[in-house]
Amino acid sequence: MGHSLSVRNLEAWYGSNKTLKGINMEIAPNQVTAIIGPSGCGKSTFVRCINRMHETLPGTKVKGEILLDEESIYDRDPVALRKMVGMVFQKANPFPSMSIYENVVAGLRLNGMKNKQTLHASAEKSLRMAALWDEVKDRLNYSGMSLSGGQQQRLCIARALAVEPSVLLMDEPASALDPIATTHIEELIRQLKENYTILIVTHNMQQAARIADSTAFFLNGELVEHGPTSEIFTNPNDKRTEDYITGRFG
Amino acid sequence: MSKKTKLTASIGDQTLRLLTLLMAISVLVLMFWMGWQMFQSAGPSIDKFGFGFITGRVWDPVKEQFGALPFIYGTLMTSLLALLIATPIGLGVAIFLNEMAVTKVRMVVAFLVEMLAAIPSVVYGLWGIFILAPWLRETIQPALAKWFGFLPLFQGTPLGFGMLAGGLILAIMILPTIAAISGEVMAAVPNEQREAALALGATKWEMIRIAVLPYAKSGILGGIMLGLGRALGETMAVTMLIGNRPDILPSLFAPAYSMAAVIANEFTEATYDLYLSALVEIGLILFGITLILNVFARLLVWSVARGPKGGIS
Repeated sequence: MGHSLSVRNLEAWYGSNKTLKGINMEIAPNQVTAIIGPSGCGKSTFVRCINRMHETLPGTKVKGEILLDEESIYDRDPVALRKMVGMVFQKANPFPSMSIYENVVAGLRLNGMKNKQTLHASAEKSLRMAALWDEVKDRLNYSGMSLSGGQQQRLCIARALAVEPSVLLMDEPASALDPIATTHIEELIRQLKENYTILIVTHNMQQAARIADSTAFFLNGELVEHGPTSEIFTNPNDKRTEDYITGRFG
Repeated sequence: MSKKTKLTASIGDQTLRLLTLLMAISVLVLMFWMGWQMFQSAGPSIDKFGFGFITGRVWDPVKEQFGALPFIYGTLMTSLLALLIATPIGLGVAIFLNEMAVTKVRMVVAFLVEMLAAIPSVVYGLWGIFILAPWLRETIQPALAKWFGFLPLFQGTPLGFGMLAGGLILAIMILPTIAAISGEVMAAVPNEQREAALALGATKWEMIRIAVLPYAKSGILGGIMLGLGRALGETMAVTMLIGNRPDILPSLFAPAYSMAAVIANEFTEATYDLYLSALVEIGLILFGITLILNVFARLLVWSVARGPKGGIS
């Protein structure tokens, strides 16, 4: 089941550049929350803070608090945290030296899972959830690189799902894909929210409108507005949100 | 491309194509020419000893007896020893510099490692004679003999000079090659690969193991093979430390001889044609071994890089 997230006064830096200037946000469990905003508004940094990936880059700094189910993520071991908070990246990044199957079970193997039947069952389950099973079931031992771009991205989603996280972060997962592949991924996200809390960064407002239950608008490192998607898109409170969604900037 | 566009391709491009083709061919020609010349010069020795030259264990210029096996053995053993020592250390250096160290440390240490590669081999040899060999003789070899003396590898009088000293100096000399090339290919691993592993809950070491090393493995192997190439041909430092005795002894403490070393040492004193031609034949064998090992290394890199079916390599 998905977990709730509660972000309090989150600030983040890249070197001397402050990319997040005090974010406060509540993220409901088992919902799709879209993060929208122009390039450089801090939306990627924001999701990367949630699985503590931001800190892995040199010269970065984080302040503030993020609670995952009432417990601070900074009290958890980042390695353990990332098993609870999965991530899918903008660019599909399957491990090129591994087969499709090995890619999916890579995270389980990291957890020390050795039982072949369990691994296989989990690989099938994850690939089915990622709507990729039918396309790859006959060539699981082929390289992950033999798949198309959209299939590779679904493979990466399956890989993230196999670890059974409770939160799934997606950093523009469909931005490098064609419309058909994008439709697949969006369909998938709608189904996944039954079991996961999903945070998706997107620069595509139509996409946010199609899939998100709630939408947050970021601008210059600040959270301008967060509310139900329908409200954000039809009746925003803030002038800047309105300007952005009507295409006046960004 | 249609025929028409081919015909209209600019004169400049055609000239460039021809010129670069000529240059590429010249390398091949040079190689075959060298091989042929050496084969010719080695003629008298090849005629007299035939295949027995390679399997012969006696090297006695006074009795006009020439067998190359001790030198082949010495070259292969010292190179192997050097690889065994330098590969894990070189990889460790590369991993530390690329994945662990902060930028400042990385820059300083990487520079120092590259400096190691720039030191002339005769300086390594001198250092080996005055520091490495005495240290081996007085400290390391007695200790090895004490703890591992039941192995034939570590038996016999600790002399300092010998197979172990030759292998160690080679290890130090090829370490920067392995470290620098492995480091470069690791630096070329896209950060998305590292993040993919981290996001799955990998520790730093697990990230290196599943994302960095597999991605870089063919490049790392290439670096190791370059190191091996250098070790096989290295002459001066090995000559100064290996003991220069054409014997095949199991102990690493015993003096030995390498192909490059015997050519360098005895070329000026080769007073008659057969002697000279035997030395050239050793050169030919060294040439052949280097070639074969390189082909083998290529195949290895290919087979490793191929990975699962349908991949790109």
